[in-house]
Amino acid sequence: MPQILMPALSPTMEEGKLSRWLVKVGDKVKSGDVLAEIETDKATMEVESVDEGVVTELLIAEGTEAVKVNTPIALVLAEGETAAAAPAAKTAPEPSEAPVVVAERAAEAAPAAASVPAAPKFEAQSDPDLPAGVEMVEMTVRQALNEAMAEELRRDKDVFVMGEEVAEYQGAYKVTQNLLQEFGPERIIDTPITEHGFAGLAVGAAFAGLKPIVEFMTWNFAMQAIDQIINSAAKQLYMSGGQVHAPMVFRGPNGVASRVGAQHSQDYSAWYSHVPGLTVIAPYSAADAKGLLKAAIRSPNPVVFLENEILYGSTGLVPQVEDFVLPIGKARIARKGADVTIVSFSMGMRYATQATEKLVAAGIDVELIDLRTLRPLDSDTVIESVKKTGRLVTVEEGWPQGGIGSELSARVMEQAFDYLDAPVIRVTGKDVPMPYAANLEKLALPNVDEVIAAVNAVTYRS
Amino acid sequence: MARKAVATKVKTQPNVPELTNEQELEAYREMLLIRRFEEKAGQMYGMGLIGGFCHLYIGQEAVVTGITMASEKGKDAQITGYRDHGHMLVMGLDPKGVMAELTGRSGGLSRGKGGSMHMFSNEHRFYGGNGIVGAQASLGTGLAFASKYKGDGSVSLAYFGDGAANQGQVYESFNMAKLWKLPVVFIIENNKYAMGTSIERSSATTDFSQRGASFDIPGEQVDGMDVRMVYDAAKRAIEHARSGNGPYILEMLTYRYRGHSMSDPAKYRSKDEVTKYRQERDPIEQVKARLLETGFATEESLKTLESEIRAIVTEAADFATNDPEPDAAELWTDITIEA
Ligand SMILES: Cc1ncc(C[n+]2csc(CCOP(=O)(O)OP(=O)(O)O)c2C)c(N)n1
Ligand SMILES: [Mg+2]
Repeated sequence: MPQILMPALSPTMEEGKLSRWLVKVGDKVKSGDVLAEIETDKATMEVESVDEGVVTELLIAEGTEAVKVNTPIALVLAEGETAAAAPAAKTAPEPSEAPVVVAERAAEAAPAAASVPAAPKFEAQSDPDLPAGVEMVEMTVRQALNEAMAEELRRDKDVFVMGEEVAEYQGAYKVTQNLLQEFGPERIIDTPITEHGFAGLAVGAAFAGLKPIVEFMTWNFAMQAIDQIINSAAKQLYMSGGQVHAPMVFRGPNGVASRVGAQHSQDYSAWYSHVPGLTVIAPYSAADAKGLLKAAIRSPNPVVFLENEILYGSTGLVPQVEDFVLPIGKARIARKGADVTIVSFSMGMRYATQATEKLVAAGIDVELIDLRTLRPLDSDTVIESVKKTGRLVTVEEGWPQGGIGSELSARVMEQAFDYLDAPVIRVTGKDVPMPYAANLEKLALPNVDEVIAAVNAVTYRS
Repeated sequence: MARKAVATKVKTQPNVPELTNEQELEAYREMLLIRRFEEKAGQMYGMGLIGGFCHLYIGQEAVVTGITMASEKGKDAQITGYRDHGHMLVMGLDPKGVMAELTGRSGGLSRGKGGSMHMFSNEHRFYGGNGIVGAQASLGTGLAFASKYKGDGSVSLAYFGDGAANQGQVYESFNMAKLWKLPVVFIIENNKYAMGTSIERSSATTDFSQRGASFDIPGEQVDGMDVRMVYDAAKRAIEHARSGNGPYILEMLTYRYRGHSMSDPAKYRSKDEVTKYRQERDPIEQVKARLLETGFATEESLKTLESEIRAIVTEAADFATNDPEPDAAELWTDITIEA
């Protein structure tokens, strides 16, 4: 293996800067020796030699930016080896199977008999009007979340951040970057790996008046702590007859990550949205991430704030106003349209948005709604839309049974049955644990084609 | 009157235990296989052939090697976390199947559906391959429960890290294991860090061998870079568990040379610290030096062994690169068993 290739140091890395060579032509190297340093937006890392040999050529100059993964960067020849023997890097084959469409029809259900007192109706405010000429700044979702926390930490001394690797390591996904430097170790706290313990501790601290932000490295690990989130945080206000409450935020990346398998890749949106007492938020855009996280931190209720690892690096425009706080419980109409309603949230919005672009180009006037908050769920916006379009497609990464789409489907049937021109179709993650193999993972996820197929079905164009 | 709980702190033998020349060579071979396999896996990750997380065992080879040599292969059960490639290799699983699981191919041990963190073998009694930190402590205690229930005389070997040692379920398991005298050896692989957090920053007390004190579980701190020490302590611990005395804790003082996973910049520790371990404590170099000193092996014979191992690793890598991905229909299989 004489060619040394630009390595990928994370599942999502596509290119990086070759910042420094630590060897020169003629150097003898053995396995484990550090050859070079490379830099990505996330980190600086070292490239180690795997084989023994002599460095015969450096193919990329130090300081070169944007070197694509798998580009040959150096030649290291073993004794008696010649450069011609270099095998080309193979990449994983593209999956050949066509995507499976999950298009389950909403089942019939009897209208609910109202024998208990009706729940009070939740009414959310609209987004605040932005002053004319407000400056919009492009930033990543990661930066938006980071700014939201920093601003709220500055504003309120009772707010603190706690979780695994949030402080000295600057966050496993760098969302808490620089918070330790500004706010110190009393307020930005690294915990041991004890999710059940520190989640419970934070709930207790919230009972006593503090406003914890608990970061779970990912929501998969919050399953260790789900008892404290539901049994302690969510139910406290009710159980105490309104006396004791837990003003706090549980946050971290949720949903499907890339190639990390069944235990590290799933969507908890529906799980938490099931629970009265919790507020559940799942933003898609950078602006929503910032405005809603600030709202969550100020909320007197326990908030489950579901981020998405794949979206951390995506950018959007965020208004530069003092205190950009968005209303909890209000969906956003991402595109107005008259033919069909597509409803999604978080990562699902990426599929929905791309599908919408294609559908609009094909002459279908799509109305696209980003829920943003999953509890309280903004049915009004969805119902209004469906009354206009008569058709609904929902998109989410989670499993179909008992999903957000199922809930929307039930509500639309209860409240807008007569307006429907077609059964609701749910596009969801497949009803299987997340597989690791690249081809199977792709099949397990919802995709743009499935959304288009569903829209074609509800508009009777297929 | 409160009584202070005291666990027997078993002292590691002052005299270094000896392995036979044959055992030394076996240990060398196993450890070298892990080392070369992991280096190759790191390289293949860099080429995009392996996705997601990939946690390498480089530096810690003596732990699983010494323990497995002291166990009864095929009878005693083993279970660990996500840093699991070495365990499978030493337990005798086919390197091709391990590597093909890393690349997510149909010939992988979990037919490509599990990935690097999730591999298992009923035949070899290896129960994973677990991605949730600490889960294996309870699961491993359950394997011991089954052993006692069935009376099959097997011992459960449950490995977890210094970071995992702070999870609550570990102590729930310690209590049950001692209460019911279950044949389990808890092996705490203390490599000083849990991701970027050093043990001093995460743990009120850092002598993990004493973590069973309030349950009166005996514990030993062992030089986990010296395969002789590991083997010797494991013999004692396994014997203790097998003869009905209940659980035993082995704290293995070890070190991982690489980052936590492939995407860890490892800024939390100094280069000198890593270099010191590599140069002065390397588990493989230690055995190699002894083999050459006693004359049981020569530079020449070790070179031959090295090329044999490289051939095995290359074969595994080739297989894992060319083996097809699982059939699309596999997406829908293995979810539940049709009764
Ligand atoms: C319950 C849970 N929390 C967090 C994680 C993320 N995580 C994976 S490995 C790890 C560090 C574990 O360190 P340690 O137990 O010392 O084992 P080592 O990696 O050093 O072998 C963390 C925090 C996880 N997988 N599961
Ligand atoms: Mg560790």
